[in-house]
Amino acid sequence: MNLSNNSKGSMSTPSSSSLLKTTGDAVTDQFPAGLRVLVVDDDPTCLMILERMLRACLYEVTKCKRAENALSLLRENKNGFDIVLSDVHMPDMDGFKLLEHIGLEMDLPVIMMSADDGKSVVMKGVTHGACDYLIKPVRIEALKNIWQHVVRKRKSGWKDLEQSGSVEEGDRPPKGSDDGDYSSSLNEGKASKKRRDEEEDGEERDDSSTLKKPRVVWSVELHQQFMAAVNQLGIDKAVPKKILELMNVPGLTRENVASHLQKYRLYLRRLSGVSQQQTNLNNPFLNPQEATFGTTSFNGIDLQTLSAAGQLPAQSLAKLQAVGLDRPTAKTGIPLPLSEHKNLFSFENPRLRFGEGQLQHLSSSKPMNLLHGIPTNVEPKQLANLHHSNQSLGNLNVRVNASAVQNSPLLMQMAQTQPRGQMLGENAGSHVTRFPSSLVQPAGPNGISNGVMGNGIAGTSNITPVYNHLPQSTSLLNFPMNQTNEIPVSSFPLRSTPGITNIPTKGMFYEEGTSDIKVSGGYVPSYDIFNELHHQKSHDWDLTNTGMAYDVSQHANLLQGNIDVSPSVLVHQGFPSIQQSGQHRDTSSIGKGMFSTDEGMHQGNLQNVGQHVNNLDNSVTVKVERIPDPSSQINNIFSEQYGQEDLMSALLKQQEGIGAAENEFDFDGYSLDNIPV
Amino acid sequence: MDRNQSRRQLTAMKQSLFDQGLLDEQFVQLEELQDDANPNFVEEIVTLYYRDSSRLISNIEQALKERTPLDFNKLDTLMHQFKGSSSSIGAKKVKAECNLFREYCRAGNAEGCMKSFQQLKKEYAALRKKLEAYFQLARQAGPQETACRSK
Repeated sequence: MNLSNNSKGSMSTPSSSSLLKTTGDAVTDQFPAGLRVLVVDDDPTCLMILERMLRACLYEVTKCKRAENALSLLRENKNGFDIVLSDVHMPDMDGFKLLEHIGLEMDLPVIMMSADDGKSVVMKGVTHGACDYLIKPVRIEALKNIWQHVVRKRKSGWKDLEQSGSVEEGDRPPKGSDDGDYSSSLNEGKASKKRRDEEEDGEERDDSSTLKKPRVVWSVELHQQFMAAVNQLGIDKAVPKKILELMNVPGLTRENVASHLQKYRLYLRRLSGVSQQQTNLNNPFLNPQEATFGTTSFNGIDLQTLSAAGQLPAQSLAKLQAVGLDRPTAKTGIPLPLSEHKNLFSFENPRLRFGEGQLQHLSSSKPMNLLHGIPTNVEPKQLANLHHSNQSLGNLNVRVNASAVQNSPLLMQMAQTQPRGQMLGENAGSHVTRFPSSLVQPAGPNGISNGVMGNGIAGTSNITPVYNHLPQSTSLLNFPMNQTNEIPVSSFPLRSTPGITNIPTKGMFYEEGTSDIKVSGGYVPSYDIFNELHHQKSHDWDLTNTGMAYDVSQHANLLQGNIDVSPSVLVHQGFPSIQQSGQHRDTSSIGKGMFSTDEGMHQGNLQNVGQHVNNLDNSVTVKVERIPDPSSQINNIFSEQYGQEDLMSALLKQQEGIGAAENEFDFDGYSLDNIPV
Repeated sequence: MDRNQSRRQLTAMKQSLFDQGLLDEQFVQLEELQDDANPNFVEEIVTLYYRDSSRLISNIEQALKERTPLDFNKLDTLMHQFKGSSSSIGAKKVKAECNLFREYCRAGNAEGCMKSFQQLKKEYAALRKKLEAYFQLARQAGPQETACRSK
C-alpha cells in the first residue's frame, strides 16, 4: 500500500521523498490517483460528501471531524499525507490556526474551504499560507485539480535547492521546465503528460541522490531544536546556515532550514500582527486587515515614493497626503493584510536591484524631489519639510508600515529594495518601526525621498534600496520611531522600510540572501526575502525571478548606501515583476501568498504606490510635525505590537533604536495600479 | 412497467423540485456521485443532513429564545454552519432563507431574524417531506443507471 501510495503521490518529486526512492517508475503513471488527502470538517454532511467526491477522484481519503485529531494524525504519520483540506470554521480550532500549524510543522499544502466567500476571509486564507480556497458547496471539479498544489509545492522545494546553490542545482533546471507545466495546468491530459515527464525527471533524480531532496518533516522535536537554535542565535542573527550548524541534524539542509525559517517568520509575523492590533499603538490603523487608514498613510508614503518615481498619479498623492495628514482616507485599496507584510519584506532583496545608479538618481534630486517629475500635490514647502524632517519620513515610514502592512507587498518591496539587512528584517515584520528607519536613512532629501519611496515602493520592493542608502538615516531613524508612535497610521505600508533605515547605517545586508533579518533579539519575523523568493510555494511568481535577481545584485549595491536609486527606477523595477505575476502581487516573494495576491492588485498597486509615493512626500512632511515622540518610544511600541517587530526593532535599534518603527504596512488597498510600469 | 412508470414519475418529481427552486445544481452533483458502489448515496447524505441539522436548528431556536438583546454574532455563526450544510445538499430555498436570516443578524434586526427563521423552518420541513417522497419513489424505481434490468 505504501508503495503504491508513494508512487502515486510522488510524481517524482523530491518532496515525496520516500515516493521517489521507492516507487520509481510506477508512480507517476497513476498520479494524481492515490493522492493522500486529509479532509477536516466539523459538518458531517459536508465531510461525507467531500469524502465521496475525493474518492471519486481516486484519491486516498482520510476524514477528520476535528482539527486536533487532524493534527495528531498528521504528526503521527509524517509523510503520510500529500495534501490537507480544511474547513475554516470549526468549533475546536480555527481553520487558520490549523493551517499555520500544518505549514510550520509539516509543510503540506493546505486548501481552505468555507461557505463564506467574503473577501476578507479569503484574504486571510491567503495570508495564512493556504494554497487555495474553495467556496462551499464544493464541486467535484474543484477537487479534481487539487493535486496541482502538491506538485507545485514540491517544485518550489526543488527550486530552493537550486537557489541555495547546492549540488542539486545543476540537476534542477531541466526539471523546471516540466514543472512549469504542472502548476498552471488544469488540464488533466496535459498534466498526465507532464507527469510522465516528471517521472523521467524523478527517475533521474532517483539516481542522483543529491538531486532528490527528501521532504523534511518538521516534527515537534525538530522544530524545537530549530527554535532553540534560533533563539540562541538571536533573531537578527538567525540565518539558515547558522541555524543549521547549531541544530546539527544530519541530513538537514540549509534550504530546509531556510524554508522553515521563512514559515516561522510568517507565523510570528502573524502573531505579532495580532498582538499588534491589540496593543495597537496608535491607532486604528493597526488593524491589519482594514488598515484603511494605514493603507492610506501607507499609500501616501508609497505614493510619494512612487510619485517621486513619477509613477504615481496625482490623485494617489492626494490620497497619500490625506493619509499623511492623518486623515483616514478611504482605503486605497491595497488590501494586503498585515500578515502579508512579511511578504512584502521579502522583496527587499529584489529591491536591491536598482543598484547604485538608481539611488544616485534619487539622491541627486532634492530631498523633496521625490516627487519630482510627478505631479503631486505636495507642496514645495512640504517637500522642504521632508527635507528637513527626516522625522517625517520616519513617521511616514511608521505610518506606512502600519497601513502597508496589509497591502503593500509592493510597497514594502519598494521601500525595501534593498538588500539591506534591515530592510529584510522589516519586511518580515513589516512593521512601521522599520519604516521609519528606512525613511530615516535618507538623511538628505534623497534620503527622505528614498525613504518615502521605500515606503511607497515597499510594495514593489524595488525602492527599498533607496532608503537605505540615505546616509543620514540615523537621525531619521530616530524620528520615525517616535513618530510612528504618534502617527495614527497604524498600518504602515512601510514594512519594507525598516530594512531601509537600518541598512544604510548598518550596512546590514542579508548575508544569506535569504532574508535574514538581523534584528537583535527576538525573533525576527521578517521573512527572509530570499528565502521567500526561493520558496515560493504555491506561487508562481514572476517576482521570484525578479527577486532573485535583486538578491544577487542588491547586496552590493544597496549597501553602498546609494540613495541615488531613483524612486522611479525602483518603482519600475518593482512593477514589472509585480505586474507580471498577476497574482503574485507579492513580488516580495511573499512566498506563501501572504500578499493579497489578487491579480488586480499588483498592477494596480504598483501604480498607486507611485502615486502614493508622491503623496508621501507631502504626507511625510505632515507627519513630521506630528510626531513628537522620540524614536525610542516607537521602538518600544512597535516591538510590543509586532512580533516581527523584533526584527524591526533590532534593526532600528541599530540605527537609533528605532526598532519599533517597523510596523507592518497595511498596504490595504494599496493599489499599484497607478504605478506606471 | 411499473418501474418505468416510477422512473418517469421520479424524473418528473425531481424536475419539479428543481423548477420550484427547492433544489439546485449541487443536488445534481450528489446524484452524479451515486453509482453501483454507492447506490443510495444521495439518500444517505440527505438523511445525515436532516439528522445533523436538526441539532443546529434547535440551537438557533434556543438562541432566539434567549433574553434579549439577541446575540447576533452567535446567531450568525450558527446560521453560517447551517447554511454550509444546507448548501452542500443543494437545498436552494433553505439556503436563501439562511442568507436572509444572516442579513437580519448583521443589521441587528431581531424581528427580522425571527420571521426569517420561521420561514426557514417551513422551507426546511417542506423540503424534507418532498425529498422523502422522492427517495421512496426512487427506491421503487430501482437504480437509475440501469435502464432495463431483466427481472
